[in-house]
Amino acid sequence: MDTSAMELVRRHGLLMAFGLFLVGVAVTADGFLTVGNMVDVLRQVSITGMMAIGVTFVVITGRLDLSVGSMLTLLTVIVVDQHNTLGPAGAIAVTLVAGVLIGAWNGLMIGYFRLNALIVTLAMLSFLQGMTLLYSGGANVNVANSDSTWFAVFGRDAILGIPIPVILFLGGAAIASFILARTIFGRTVYAVGGNETTSVFSGIAAPRIVFLTYVISGATTAVAAVIMGSRVMGAQNTIGQGYELTVLAGIILGGTSLLGGSGSIWRTVFGIAMLGFIQNGLLLLGFAYYVQWLVTWVVIIIAVWIDLAAKRGRIVA
Amino acid sequence: MSRASSIAPEHDIRKSVANLLMRNHIWVFLTLTIIVFSMSSPYFLTLNNLGNVLTQGAFIGILAIGMTMVMINGEIDLSVGATLALASALAIGLQDSIGIWPAVFVGFLSGVALGALNGTLVALSGMHSFIVTLGALIGIRGLVFVYTGENALMVTDFGYTEYPEIYLGPLSLTAIIFFALALFFQWILTSTRHGRETYAVGDNIEAAHDAGIKIKRHKIINFTICGAMAAIAGILLSMRLGTAEPNAGRIWELWTIIAVVLGGTRLIGGFGNMWMTIGGVLTLAVLRNGLRLLNTPNYVELMVMGAVLILALALDKLLAHKGVH
Repeated sequence: MDTSAMELVRRHGLLMAFGLFLVGVAVTADGFLTVGNMVDVLRQVSITGMMAIGVTFVVITGRLDLSVGSMLTLLTVIVVDQHNTLGPAGAIAVTLVAGVLIGAWNGLMIGYFRLNALIVTLAMLSFLQGMTLLYSGGANVNVANSDSTWFAVFGRDAILGIPIPVILFLGGAAIASFILARTIFGRTVYAVGGNETTSVFSGIAAPRIVFLTYVISGATTAVAAVIMGSRVMGAQNTIGQGYELTVLAGIILGGTSLLGGSGSIWRTVFGIAMLGFIQNGLLLLGFAYYVQWLVTWVVIIIAVWIDLAAKRGRIVA
Repeated sequence: MSRASSIAPEHDIRKSVANLLMRNHIWVFLTLTIIVFSMSSPYFLTLNNLGNVLTQGAFIGILAIGMTMVMINGEIDLSVGATLALASALAIGLQDSIGIWPAVFVGFLSGVALGALNGTLVALSGMHSFIVTLGALIGIRGLVFVYTGENALMVTDFGYTEYPEIYLGPLSLTAIIFFALALFFQWILTSTRHGRETYAVGDNIEAAHDAGIKIKRHKIINFTICGAMAAIAGILLSMRLGTAEPNAGRIWELWTIIAVVLGGTRLIGGFGNMWMTIGGVLTLAVLRNGLRLLNTPNYVELMVMGAVLILALALDKLLAHKGVH
């Protein structure tokens, strides 16, 4: 259904504009169109990408998760700090459990108690910032034996020239895409986002589905925190600040609707990668760092507007 | 008729008092917080401190006024914090070249223009305001960093910081401006056509459209008001601090949304007013001030805010179920 010719045409405008941008940068900036640079960009976006995979599940149910940035901060602080006491394996386990638990709380409030997702995850954002300061006592944490631990694998190593973060990101995307497109659970996620009332009448346990999407969001953020902790080998109390916005921007750019019911993991990967290439391209062209934020604004508006205008032109099922 | 007359009068009164309390739950909550802090800190219930609370709360408060207009309209504006930063940067950064008041005016205009841009994009494209203003939040913040060169701008003429130092008793000029704006927009909401139609659009956009209400115009006006409020807050902040920091107002959009929702204004639109927003803003300000007076660390404040927000939401949900509103 989604692979029909119409769908391809609909995606064309944005793809072509993006292609033009890539060609433009490739012609004017040295070192953009090299394998090394491409791999670098993918490595840079792998943390936001990992988080975006989980948040895509949430967005497809028609909800939001604004707490992932603060969650990334807390979980990175936890994984780095616990590494010094429990060792790498224990630290990773604790971090994953913590991520799942935070996601489960969001899911409980939003899925089962039917509270507004924006406010619940906003409250969680504030709460987790507090938790981070409580946990760290306001100090930066560092991995004590950063040269000798195998924990470095997740952020710093590579297999056959492909960095492990990229493998985790794309591997995670493949698994998530399979779950979303090929399993019953995946289809119910679309059903809940498409029309929640109808889905409930069709015998779908909508509260449970929503609950699970937040658990997934918490879990992918935990994986992102492991990558971050391993890459930096330390954590400040603001390390994940604003990540929730970048994640959402990537998802929106990919074309997943905030209204729910449509979207896919590969769109999110595309959107996140696009943000990465824009950032990389602008830096190589010599623009100041924050010019990329301005460009992101313009690109988001244009992309979503084109998407919307194209959808209006045909009957949307 | 017969059922209505069969209700005993004293029961009626009790019920309406209960209704009144529940409908204004934010004021009940505010009173309780004030009582608790008055008993636990000797410094809380002093004229000086209460004046401080009002001044500190006024910045979020002015942002919340614009946010309330937009939210009643059924939309949201995430870009207020960034707009505040831009207005404050322009108001200070341009002073040396064009003079103080022209710089302030340009700062104000930047807010108006960005608000109008947001409103126009939302109205014309049919995009969700969350997306439009999320883009704006990222873009405007980028603009602030580019304009300031990632440094804090300082005033050269310190007379600038004296302007808001006008007091009416314990009430600072900033707080007076907040209350005056809140009252003015409450008047707009209840007594003008724009106000009434704002509620209508937020309540049921299709019905409003069918009734011949110009939906786009109201949305553009409300986003413009929101941008203007952000600019005013930014200018007042630059006067108070004497500097414009590129990170000023970061995540203030979240505090603003928290204040408005705490007051009882609904995210889905069509319900709310400035009294509720004043209540929400004051509660937020009292909580932050009280917790600091009690020497609680910063993290407690953040965690309490999260808990209070969930409580407010749950209470609102409960009341909506009982049909109080």
